[in-house]
Amino acid sequence: MKLKTTLATCLSLATSLFLTPKASAQQISGAGATFPASLYQRWSVEFNKVQPAVKVNYQSVGSGAGVKNFTQGVVDFGASDAAMSDAEIAKVKQGVVMIPATAGIIVFAYNLPGVSDLNLSREAMSGIYLGSIKKWNDPMIVKDNPNAKLPDLPIQVASRSDGSGTTYVFTQHLSAISSKFSDEVGTDKSVTFPVGVGGKGNEGVTALVKQSIGMIGYVEYGYARDNGLAMAHLQNKSGTFVEPSMESGTATLSAVQFPENLRVWPEDPTGVNDYPIATFTWLLFYKEYSDEAKLKALKEFVNYGLTTGQSFAEDLGYIPLPASVVEKSQAALATIIKK
Amino acid sequence: MSAPTSQSNSLAHYKSGPDFFRLLCWLASAVTVLTLGWIIFKIVESAWPAIHKFGWDFLTSSAWLPNRERFGVFPFIVGTVVSSFVAILMAFPLGLAIAIFLSENFLPAPVRQVIRFVVEMLAAIPSVVYGLWGIFVVIPLSKSFADWMVSVFGGVPIFAGPAYGNSLFTASIVLAIMILPTITAISRNSLSSVPKTLREGAYALGSTRWEAILGVILPSAAPGIVAATILALGRAMGETMAVAMLIGNSSRLSWSIFSPAGTLAGLLANQFGEAQELQVNSLMYAALILIIITLFVNMIGEAVLRYTQHQTAGIR
Repeated sequence: MKLKTTLATCLSLATSLFLTPKASAQQISGAGATFPASLYQRWSVEFNKVQPAVKVNYQSVGSGAGVKNFTQGVVDFGASDAAMSDAEIAKVKQGVVMIPATAGIIVFAYNLPGVSDLNLSREAMSGIYLGSIKKWNDPMIVKDNPNAKLPDLPIQVASRSDGSGTTYVFTQHLSAISSKFSDEVGTDKSVTFPVGVGGKGNEGVTALVKQSIGMIGYVEYGYARDNGLAMAHLQNKSGTFVEPSMESGTATLSAVQFPENLRVWPEDPTGVNDYPIATFTWLLFYKEYSDEAKLKALKEFVNYGLTTGQSFAEDLGYIPLPASVVEKSQAALATIIKK
Repeated sequence: MSAPTSQSNSLAHYKSGPDFFRLLCWLASAVTVLTLGWIIFKIVESAWPAIHKFGWDFLTSSAWLPNRERFGVFPFIVGTVVSSFVAILMAFPLGLAIAIFLSENFLPAPVRQVIRFVVEMLAAIPSVVYGLWGIFVVIPLSKSFADWMVSVFGGVPIFAGPAYGNSLFTASIVLAIMILPTITAISRNSLSSVPKTLREGAYALGSTRWEAILGVILPSAAPGIVAATILALGRAMGETMAVAMLIGNSSRLSWSIFSPAGTLAGLLANQFGEAQELQVNSLMYAALILIIITLFVNMIGEAVLRYTQHQTAGIR
């Protein structure tokens, strides 16, 4: 008798534990890229203040794992720095909608005391990562920095040792501007550079650059800015040296012409004031959702992110989406329907 | 009812039923063995496409190019083995010296106990903490040492420049500290289990303390010390986080110990998250190789340790 009561209590407790939250709050889960994670998590927190009935849980497991989870259907939305390839999209039977949700720029951060506003030409950028430019006072660098006192130091090159969307976008740009780089290294989330040392994550590369004089590395803008690293001005296609900033990044992104699926990279932007290495990062949705309430909550959340949510971007080191892109993202969001 | 009868009754009752404790023990050990078997089976299964495609070339090729679908782990095998051996080179003299110091009566017992405790505490520090400490403390020191070495001995290939902070050398220093407790603990054990009679015999024959240590005690504890070193080597080879943070993760082969290198464990930790298809298979293949190497090293260590215990048991 006593046992029965205890069992019953346990059972009802278990039921209430597992079932009640589902009834009172709408849970949305997402997984994917680490680069936009702090922004998405911020959206989730702020959106919960506006709409307490909706809880969004975003796990930053990496773009590759995000696409995998999304394809397997274990999350409600995915996120990826490299969007999804056509082959990956074909595996999702409900269909896929890709929405640019925020953007970033990748900078050349360097550590050379006394040298600020370093200019790097297109040849210098690829030359450093191909190992053909070995010293800071190489004529290739000196000719664009007539006033800087460049030391006779070896250039130490830092790169990402883990697979990452940052490496993907970075190698994509270098491959676009140098056929030699395209042949010898190529584009991917993890590549083997002929020179240098690898750090794990943006924070790993940031630590490398911060610690050794003569080190140069590529990191997301926010990391370099928050750690006070010097960032090189990069030469773009039109020949101007552009300082990495919110404005120059926005200039690049505003000029992007979108295809229908919204998957595009400004591989080698052409505008005079465009910063050369910029990228969007995408949220991934199914074309059809069976749960109407969830779909409604999801759309509200993304709409919030695309409008109010963009105002948090700059603080966290991201580039807010240009208005024209927000419009396109919202239009794409509207195409998602209930099955 | 008197107490003794009730006790013998319940004992008889206990003996007649199934032995649940025994069953539990069987189950627990079976689960452990099966889990290991299952892990290895799964790794081989997911590595199979890479094993099939690359075969032995995987071990000898030095190209790790995920975007060209070419995979070879030779530099990582070299990095794993060399970083562990350099770590042993640094940790062995130090660890053995501490072990001798702690097993002899140079200091009063309480002081020795404290030192022993502190050294063994090193084993309790998490790997990632060693990694962080390495980044902020060891790298600046080893970089300036390496710069000096390069300026003096730069002509010798293994000391060639440019010196990087994240290098094989830095990783080996931290590895050496991490494996120090293993070497010290097992060596101290085998040193203090050298029979007292041998020690007294040496003194009775008129040998000094150093003659007794070098001529009698060390030789009779030698197998245990060798085992300690091999087990430490096994630990160094499997170490992941601290090494991944410090070694520089490069897949290029270099003669210089001041250049970045890579290890198998570090490769796995770095690339698994974003890997796809053949790269996953190749990483699994690399994991299999790492398992084989560390299993082999550990088995040798265990075998030598057992052999010692037999021997010392004979003398006792």
